[in-house]
Amino acid sequence: MKNISICVGSSCHLKGSYKIIELAKAYIAEHNLEDKVNLGAAFCLGRCTDGVSVKIDDEIICGVSEGNFRQIFDEKVLADLS
Amino acid sequence: MDKKLKKFDTKVQYLKYKVLREVARHAWATEGTEKPADSFSFFNDVAKNIVKDKPTMRCCIYKERAIVSERIKIAMGGDPENPNVIEVIDIACDECPVGGYDVTEACRGCIAHRCEDVCRMGAISFDDRQKAHIDKSKCVNCGQCAKVCPYGAILEFKRPCERACKIGAISRATDASSAAAHIDNDKCISCGACVYTCPFGAISDKSYIVDIIDTLKKSDNNRNYKVYAVVAPSIASQFSYAKLDQVVTAIKMLGFHSVVEAALGADMVAYKEAQELAEKGFLTSSCCPAFVMYIKQSFPMLKDKISHNLSPMAEISRYIKENDPTAKIVFIGPCTAKKMEVKWDTVKPYVDFAMTFEELQAIFDSKDIELAELDGTALDNASYYGRIFARCGGLADAVSEALKEQGNEEFVLNGISCDGIEECKRALMRASKNALPNNFIEGMACVGGCIGGAGCLTHGEKNKSEVDKYGMLAHEKTITEAIQTFADIDAKVQK
Repeated sequence: MKNISICVGSSCHLKGSYKIIELAKAYIAEHNLEDKVNLGAAFCLGRCTDGVSVKIDDEIICGVSEGNFRQIFDEKVLADLS
Repeated sequence: MDKKLKKFDTKVQYLKYKVLREVARHAWATEGTEKPADSFSFFNDVAKNIVKDKPTMRCCIYKERAIVSERIKIAMGGDPENPNVIEVIDIACDECPVGGYDVTEACRGCIAHRCEDVCRMGAISFDDRQKAHIDKSKCVNCGQCAKVCPYGAILEFKRPCERACKIGAISRATDASSAAAHIDNDKCISCGACVYTCPFGAISDKSYIVDIIDTLKKSDNNRNYKVYAVVAPSIASQFSYAKLDQVVTAIKMLGFHSVVEAALGADMVAYKEAQELAEKGFLTSSCCPAFVMYIKQSFPMLKDKISHNLSPMAEISRYIKENDPTAKIVFIGPCTAKKMEVKWDTVKPYVDFAMTFEELQAIFDSKDIELAELDGTALDNASYYGRIFARCGGLADAVSEALKEQGNEEFVLNGISCDGIEECKRALMRASKNALPNNFIEGMACVGGCIGGAGCLTHGEKNKSEVDKYGMLAHEKTITEAIQTFADIDAKVQK
């Protein structure tokens, strides 16, 4: 089981948290990970200046964007689960 | 005028602030929440610090210091035996006269005698110089004579606290030993109108800043648990000497992990409230705790019409705690009644403490934080509609918008926005007799809405436009946009 929190604090929110949540949802559906991933929100992961932050289990990944989303999730989520 | 004083409307607020600031300084410097080991010397030191060698407020410095001691007690949580968060400081009460209508020296002894003609009780007579007198045994305090006197010579002697309390919860104590003000806890809705109004500062809201500071200290920089500040949208009209994003930075400097807009909770509430309203056909709002308490105490027959939604404060806090179960949440707002709301069983699990903007200012200054010099931190979660909850009419606008966004064309909203508890009373009275044409009551106990709250630093004409301006700045233009993030994740969690 993976616990994923996407930061929706003010800074990340302004930088596009919602888009990342949409992508994460689509990603989970695409790979049938509904039972293997807990998707949640976090109000600030404490890295406000580095772009949208995502916490995957205990690791915080900053600067997540539409461009690098798939690469990050392939590496940090899918690779671990398969 | 003292530079610091400009932050407040009155000198009473300034005095209260100075005590809170000293208590906060002490709380940062000591361990735990227990009373200081040598509490006498602490009380004494603060009292001496605030009341110097000459009396400026009362008969002598000793009385002034004694009153400061009482203020310290309230700033540290007040009387634990008293369930109300609003308390009278007996020795600070000036025991103002309560004679009702009386003729003053300004009576010229005219010959028109309008006062006599208008008095239906026959209570007015004249002496041999034609000056009017009111027979107290006949007078019913209707005030007609005062209205018609061409000299304005007839005045109503009523205590400012009683005048402020539109629901009659405060009166002269009935026991013979004291004529000080007395609060009827069964009627009081903790709105704080008397607190803000009393010209002697004899009524105060209890403060929990010692516990709040302790919670911040024990978090060890948010390592042991995270402390969140949920701020009310009325903050846009406060701290006007600095920018809002500087206030956010300052709150984080106090040790809060994150600052979240209660207005986002308002977006969530507006969305749900619109659904509940369309389903039930008639509702009263549940955002204002003083309004909710008022219905429960004075209109129990309307209890089941109160919206079942949590308040915006509690709703957003619930959301935060669901995602971070060890979180501690401090609400910062304009409201004294919120200090009661956080004790309700339905809200207790979500919000740990509530404090006012007055108290926030005191805590900032206890740490010598100069807002105007700070870099800004963004604050953006909510929509325009969530933010305008801070002023009267905003809630009804938001519910109307939510109905529209939900595509509900069948249900026609016919809301009434009640500005202040007097208007609330009128609407509830009619509703209780099935004589209200409206299907939604937005109730705001304070005049103007939350921006008129007793815990605001300043109250002014500009506050409403400041809130609207802040609303317009919201990144999200619709309620759905603001809450979609959360609705999506909620759905996922529930799946």
